Amino acid sequence: MKEIPNLNYLSQFSRGDKSFEERMMGIVKSEFPTEKEVYYSNFQQKNYKLAAENVHKIKHKISILGLEKSYEIATNHENSLREGHIALASDFDEILQTISDYLETF
Amino acid sequence: MNCIIIDDEATARAIVQELCMQYNEIEVVAMFSNAIEAIKFLNQNEVDLIFLDIHMPDYTGFDFIETLKNPPHIILTTSDPNFAIQAFEYDCIVDYLIKPITPERFQKSVQKARLIASKTSKLSTSDKDVMASGNDLYVNIGKRLIKINIPSIYLVEAKGDYIKVKIEDKTFTIHSTLKKIEDKLPQDLFLKVHRSFIINVKKIIDIADNSVLIQNDVVPVSRSNRPELMKRLNLL
Repeated sequence: MKEIPNLNYLSQFSRGDKSFEERMMGIVKSEFPTEKEVYYSNFQQKNYKLAAENVHKIKHKISILGLEKSYEIATNHENSLREGHIALASDFDEILQTISDYLETF
Repeated sequence: MNCIIIDDEATARAIVQELCMQYNEIEVVAMFSNAIEAIKFLNQNEVDLIFLDIHMPDYTGFDFIETLKNPPHIILTTSDPNFAIQAFEYDCIVDYLIKPITPERFQKSVQKARLIASKTSKLSTSDKDVMASGNDLYVNIGKRLIKINIPSIYLVEAKGDYIKVKIEDKTFTIHSTLKKIEDKLPQDLFLKVHRSFIINVKKIIDIADNSVLIQNDVVPVSRSNRPELMKRLNLL
């Protein structure tokens, strides 16, 4: 079943302060498209080690958005990329798309 | 505690900043997206604590630590648990926080930093750079207390703001004064023979008019201290 991004993690800090959640989502929205673009660029050029570094950074945003299973997939994908394997690339694409769709709603 | 946050990811910096704001005793004085800018800052400013990401482009967190002569306490923040063992090799690393950082885990980290900071501040007070306990002397070197067996000391030499404590196979350089260590050493064993030298009288090999040979060191003896030295010797 496809995971749905949520603000559960951020709400631990905000204690109901919506402005904090909004500020954080603003930062995620500004950073994520560039991180995604750099990942795809490295992946397409088969710079898998660099792509793994990009996944590593994106992973943090996956966790911030409460996507626990996706985080596991991203970790496995990162480790696979370091060894030059790309079997989880399409699963990771789906995660990126899910996040992109969710961020558009903000 | 003044702290800085170093992380190339703005989201991560914002989260750590938010967590810090929940503690009155922690003040975030600056945040950096790369290690180079942080090094420039630290060349001009002193901080008590650094929240440091490991995975950064160009300069990793560990590269950064290696550039610091006297690193403050550091809490590593990373999504990668694989560096924990490497982290143990650095005395300055107080804790290792795995992202996503939870408020509960952050609180433990702050407690650790607080505890270590209070211990360090106790040790770094100027009158505790040299402490004696029985036959042992504890000296503060690089935020560590090193034990030296007192009878094994054969010479203490003043060098500016430092003293050199010599034992058979080692020399310790300590930020302290001759007066402070003189007060900690037993008077029946040690004697100040010159304004810059204290010797262990049991370790003297021979004596000339104005010097003594002790191990491989020739130590000057001032005219005013010579009578006391002669009194201490078992002369035939």
